[in-house]
Amino acid sequence: MARMKFLCDAERCIECNGCVTACKQENEVPWGVNRRRVVTVNDGVPGEKSISVACMHCSDAPCMAVCPVDVFYRTEEGVVLHDKDGCIGCGYCFYACPFGAPQFPQAGVFGMRGKMDKCTFCAGGPEPDNSKAEFAKYGSNRLAQGKLPACAEMCSTKALLGGDGSVIADIFRDRALKRGKGAEVWGWATAYGKPEQQAPKGGKS
Amino acid sequence: MIGARSFAVAVLAAAAGLAGCGEQDQVIVYQQGKYQGKPDTRPWSNAPGDALYATSKWTKGDKGSWEAALRARSQNQNEYVRIGN
Repeated sequence: MARMKFLCDAERCIECNGCVTACKQENEVPWGVNRRRVVTVNDGVPGEKSISVACMHCSDAPCMAVCPVDVFYRTEEGVVLHDKDGCIGCGYCFYACPFGAPQFPQAGVFGMRGKMDKCTFCAGGPEPDNSKAEFAKYGSNRLAQGKLPACAEMCSTKALLGGDGSVIADIFRDRALKRGKGAEVWGWATAYGKPEQQAPKGGKS
Repeated sequence: MIGARSFAVAVLAAAAGLAGCGEQDQVIVYQQGKYQGKPDTRPWSNAPGDALYATSKWTKGDKGSWEAALRARSQNQNEYVRIGN
């Protein structure tokens, strides 16, 4: 069974923000909402690493667990989606998400939140596939067109991989074996720092 | 009498205290369509070719062929396959 996942190869990401732009353009994401962004660790310091971050479509998603109106669902292919018609914009999913994926457009005055918007793995939402209503609420449904997410397909260095978890894991493993390094740059040690990876004084994080 | 009452109070206190140890499973099992929102169609329910610039081919309604089409397309991300060594 397909289990759709993203994987970003920090050895290859050049912080071009092409994935961010591709997502914005493909889904016509409103101003102020970023479904995807590039995070750089130790920015400006030699050896800096960048990774592209969006909704990781968790197998046990905390956003689904905390939603008080139960509008999240997971598709058979493992994509976490939500029904915007039922969203009340409470923001619980934003607090629960470890990746900061849920985004809220400013829908009014007094800091009101609009309905939550997040990466859909280019799988649309609970409207008829490739309909105008689906595009207006959720963006493009590329999976129903037999395509992969625009961010991954547009990535110039193919740092960002998207697709069936087992397939992209094989691609990454093959790549790490052929170049002889790089498997270690994805994971906890990069994000939270081994002693030699910590930024020197004055460095930005 | 006082002993029996204090024993009953101790039993009740112990029961109330132990009730806090009972932990419910907090991870809910989510199933397709079993949520508050609208049901969603599956990506392989569509016929390929309706979409603009569609290159993948699969049989309408056949999950296996849709997955195979996506697996083939995923290999475009692997330049060791796409371009060669």
